[in-house]
Amino acid sequence: MSKEWPLWEVFIRSQHGLAHKHVGSLHAPDAEMAINNARDVYTRRNEGVGIWVVLASEIVSSSPGDKAALFDPSNTKVYRHPTFFPMPEEVKNL
Amino acid sequence: MIDDKFDYLLRLGDNALVLSQRLTEWVGKGPALEEDMALANTALDLIGQARLWLGYAGEVEGLGRTENQLAFLRDAHDFRNLLLVEQPNGGYADTLVRQYFFDSWHHLLLDELTRSADPRIAGIAEKAIKEVTYHLRRSADLVVRLGDGTDESHRRMQAAVDDLWIYTGEMFQPDAVDEVLEAQGVATDVAALREPWLAQVRHTLAEATLTMPSPEAWMQKGGKQGRHGEHLGFLLAEMQFLQRAYPGAQW
Repeated sequence: MSKEWPLWEVFIRSQHGLAHKHVGSLHAPDAEMAINNARDVYTRRNEGVGIWVVLASEIVSSSPGDKAALFDPSNTKVYRHPTFFPMPEEVKNL
Repeated sequence: MIDDKFDYLLRLGDNALVLSQRLTEWVGKGPALEEDMALANTALDLIGQARLWLGYAGEVEGLGRTENQLAFLRDAHDFRNLLLVEQPNGGYADTLVRQYFFDSWHHLLLDELTRSADPRIAGIAEKAIKEVTYHLRRSADLVVRLGDGTDESHRRMQAAVDDLWIYTGEMFQPDAVDEVLEAQGVATDVAALREPWLAQVRHTLAEATLTMPSPEAWMQKGGKQGRHGEHLGFLLAEMQFLQRAYPGAQW
């Protein structure tokens, strides 16, 4: 066991049917203790029914420098939004 | 008869109350934020349990004393907690070993009490055992990790096990109060919890590469009968200060 506990990212599922959502991070010596710590730090107010923890070092993220190439092109493609269809009055919640 | 049940409920309530107060001493000083919060959560669970046990004790006594009066206006010799739970926090190893010894016993006891002939006791045990199942999982996990951790953590954990061992015998020694309530089906035979407890502790300590002291070692006793060590008075002085200095103060 190294001296410093590794960092873990914590994801909580707030209720059945919903997706796990990132809630924060914590330190723990291993996966089992990370679940325990996540329970103690992030579910004190009845926030969840499920916990995922993942080593922060295992997460692969996009680079902020690639923002223009990755995301800007979709700005000009308004036709990808389903807003061009006339909706009947009766259908309120679509 | 009423006195026996009152006494028995004080034992259950005082164990939770005194251990909760001890754990609260760590708040803001834990070795890591995660540990700090975990101990605070455990302390909160225990104080919730203490409120239920002492509230019921006050009803059984029938003199109109509330949970607060029982918690804050009794002196050390009226407390009925085990000697184990009043032991000082020491280092983190001492706190964890104390917690593990208590949790493993507490879980066995509450499991039996869910089948108590007294529905109030069964109900409180039912609620408490969910919390205590997690306390035990956490304290056992940490005993294994720190026992089987670095040379330093192993040394500290072994010292804590050796120091606290003499306070574990009292958990399994029935007295007249236990026997009267057991005969009524209200309480359980605490002596019968000893073998399962030893088996469980032997398993956890082996996994933690720690040596279990002899179960036949000489054991301290007296807490359940109100004969406490020097530490409880100081703990109560801090816990009860406000109600003693400003009787009836509320917020």
